[in-house]
Amino acid sequence: MDAIDPARKDLVEEFRRNPVGRQSGDLRRLLNTIRRHPDLPPYVLVCTKAQREWRLATKPGGKGAVTTLLDHPPFNDPLEAEWQVFRLRWKALTGEDLPHDR
Amino acid sequence: MTAELPRKRIIGYADKLSLAPGETIAFKASCEDIAEYRADIVRLICADLHPKGRGWIEKEIASPVSGSYPGREQAIPAGSWGRVPSAPGLCSESLTVALHLWPTTPMKGEQALLARMDVSGKRGWMLMIDATGALALRIATDKGIATVSTGVALQERVWSFVGASFDGASGAIRVWQRPQKTWPGHDATGDGAGEVAGAIDASGLPLGIAARPGREEGPRRFCLDPCNGKLEAPRLYGRAMDAGEAMALQAAPLGERALIAAWDFARDTMGETIRDIGPSAHDGELVNVPTRAMTGHNWNGEVLDWKAAPAQYGAIHFHDDDIADCGWETDFSFTVPQGLKSGIYAARLVAGEQNDHIPFVVRAPRGSASADALFLMPSASYLAYANEHAAVESAGAMDAFSGHLSGLSAQDLLLDERPDLGYSLYCHHGDGSGVAVSSRLRPVLNMRPGVTNAWVGPGGTFPWQFNADLPLMDFLEHHGFACDVATDEDLHEEGLDLLSRYRVVMTGSHPEYYSKPMLDALDGWLQRGGRLMYLGGNGFYWRVAFHPEIAGVMELRRGEDGIRDWVAQGGEYYQAFDGAYGGMWERQGRPIHALAGVGMAGQGFDISGYYRRTDDSRNPRAAFVFAGIEDEIIGDFGVVGGGAAGIEVDRCDFSKGSPPNTLVLASSEGLSDIYYPGPEEIDNARPFLDAVQNPQVRAELTFHETANGGAVFSTGSIAWIGSLSWNGFDNNVAGVTANVLRRFLDPEPFPEP
Repeated sequence: MDAIDPARKDLVEEFRRNPVGRQSGDLRRLLNTIRRHPDLPPYVLVCTKAQREWRLATKPGGKGAVTTLLDHPPFNDPLEAEWQVFRLRWKALTGEDLPHDR
Repeated sequence: MTAELPRKRIIGYADKLSLAPGETIAFKASCEDIAEYRADIVRLICADLHPKGRGWIEKEIASPVSGSYPGREQAIPAGSWGRVPSAPGLCSESLTVALHLWPTTPMKGEQALLARMDVSGKRGWMLMIDATGALALRIATDKGIATVSTGVALQERVWSFVGASFDGASGAIRVWQRPQKTWPGHDATGDGAGEVAGAIDASGLPLGIAARPGREEGPRRFCLDPCNGKLEAPRLYGRAMDAGEAMALQAAPLGERALIAAWDFARDTMGETIRDIGPSAHDGELVNVPTRAMTGHNWNGEVLDWKAAPAQYGAIHFHDDDIADCGWETDFSFTVPQGLKSGIYAARLVAGEQNDHIPFVVRAPRGSASADALFLMPSASYLAYANEHAAVESAGAMDAFSGHLSGLSAQDLLLDERPDLGYSLYCHHGDGSGVAVSSRLRPVLNMRPGVTNAWVGPGGTFPWQFNADLPLMDFLEHHGFACDVATDEDLHEEGLDLLSRYRVVMTGSHPEYYSKPMLDALDGWLQRGGRLMYLGGNGFYWRVAFHPEIAGVMELRRGEDGIRDWVAQGGEYYQAFDGAYGGMWERQGRPIHALAGVGMAGQGFDISGYYRRTDDSRNPRAAFVFAGIEDEIIGDFGVVGGGAAGIEVDRCDFSKGSPPNTLVLASSEGLSDIYYPGPEEIDNARPFLDAVQNPQVRAELTFHETANGGAVFSTGSIAWIGSLSWNGFDNNVAGVTANVLRRFLDPEPFPEP
């Protein structure tokens, strides 16, 4: 698995603009790496109001693993959740804070 | 942190999925901390909760069902096992028990293999895997309880001959395990000996195979200590033997005078009876449909069809999380009144903020049609996906697969907590083996209005199967198109007779699973002039078999090729329910393309694309499709990924059997770089497989004429139905669909091109 290159802010910017859908090869490889990274929390969303509200949680793989809600304000847009989770992963792997707002 | 995980506290199911006027359906519910709930019958029109969707539309039906009902918790008797009724002939002072065993979770904890032991565990005997993974015999006499173990853990997924004996005169107990395969430093051969005073008394107790019989409540037979793995050829003798003698008798026990029973699982493989070939015929019944026609300890790899060499297929794979029928008590019933319109209905159960909708289909009166068009509800595909667990079990790997975070619902969380609700044909059992059998005689939490799929669409926002098909009802209602509804199971049972009453058949968004009677009927009807509107993607892909005795239970073998979340073991590609070779239809001389004009090209679960019209769309043969529609781009909108072309997409491919008269009317653009073809399209992996680099991954809108004035219109996309209601039904996807339906309803035959 490739290490994350903190200098690739172009990929951060690409993701910020377009968190879901067709992406560049470099961004896709970055996402595949951080989403499957064994040292990062297994983030997941829990839908608390259908199509309207989601909360951030962790859920390890396997059967019956505990789902744990995280202390984080709810999301009203799943794309906003994508950005916030990207920030958490980026911070954990590079130590850098990315801007809160998309 | 004050937020709590959402919890679903009322769930239910019905004994039927479809019924006609005059027939009765029974609803069964289980409530957690709910004293009372209200029930009504409703007709479902739409449950699209997308911010730009049509919202929840249902119509209440006046019926005697409306009212309040007491809430109660009903348990699920999960776990498959064999039950042999108690008989005096099963009793003896001394005994030997033996069988071939392929354990899949030897370290799970105590697991019964062959048991006549009461619920308290204080009377009878039980051959078992103990808490250390070793073979053991437990004897509970009037003087005490002894458990004698080999003390050696069995090797997982290695065949072993295992057994034990008890000498009633001396009290001596012997146990043994003889693995078929050993490795240096890994020899699971083991023996043990011990003794216990007193006499065994198992009188009145049923005998359990792969579990210890538990309490019985009406039709519900609970089990205790269920085991995971394959069991083969259990033997029960009325005298004590050692390992060598039992092994010598194992293959041919009938000459032994002390033989009590010898069960041969290779007999009557298609059903749920297990046959004792011994002199007393202590036949038993299987509970919860374990997987049959499994390779046994003597499978030599030369035979692949269990029918050709039944003796090599004498194993049954039992799972502690198999569930075929919850057997719940009925809360209320509904008799469909004469004159009730054919459609999709539900029993709506409400208790405060908790609710459940248990769907069912009302058909036209038996033997008749009340419209010229039929929505063929792809219930076989709903059943394949029933209680699918991918998002709750796959963590970040699912993020990468689907290109976004999953969004777990209360349904997903309950499924994760309750393995007794069973799995889909995409799941693995707790022992890691693939789930080959699915049933609707249990709460199916993802076959519900309003429920989206946790891993499809960002945050799990895209509908799937049942809920993705409901907008078609909304569309038909809006346009005033008369349409009957019937299910795949109806088609399986009635075949061509059902379809012959209709001029037009519409599929759902993802009619992926077909039994042979279903496919034969659809094909035959088309050749007789039927008109098919295939409004989905990845259809007609897998072969399945319905259970010959239990309605609502279906089998799949994920063999050989295709998109497989698990893969059947070598030698286990033939279905047990009907003996047919399982797997992909296109591998069996029935290419999807020949039927539909298109066939599976690829899938992605993040966004959808749109179609661009081709020159063929101006062909006079297709003029009716685009009447009044000048747009070049079709379907660049919708609630499923923002477009009508997406999720799972099919293309026309003449090399794969698309009829030569197929017109490709439009072809997709805009799919993402995580759309990939299925394995059947990948003979060799190449670094340009995704839809951005691979033009083979595309959706296509096609039309072709069939014999006798019939025709097929295909959208090749799961997302199509999700665009129908956009902008108040004023859009070109709805326009094309309405144009096609109007022309297909016109009895004027389609001329040969």
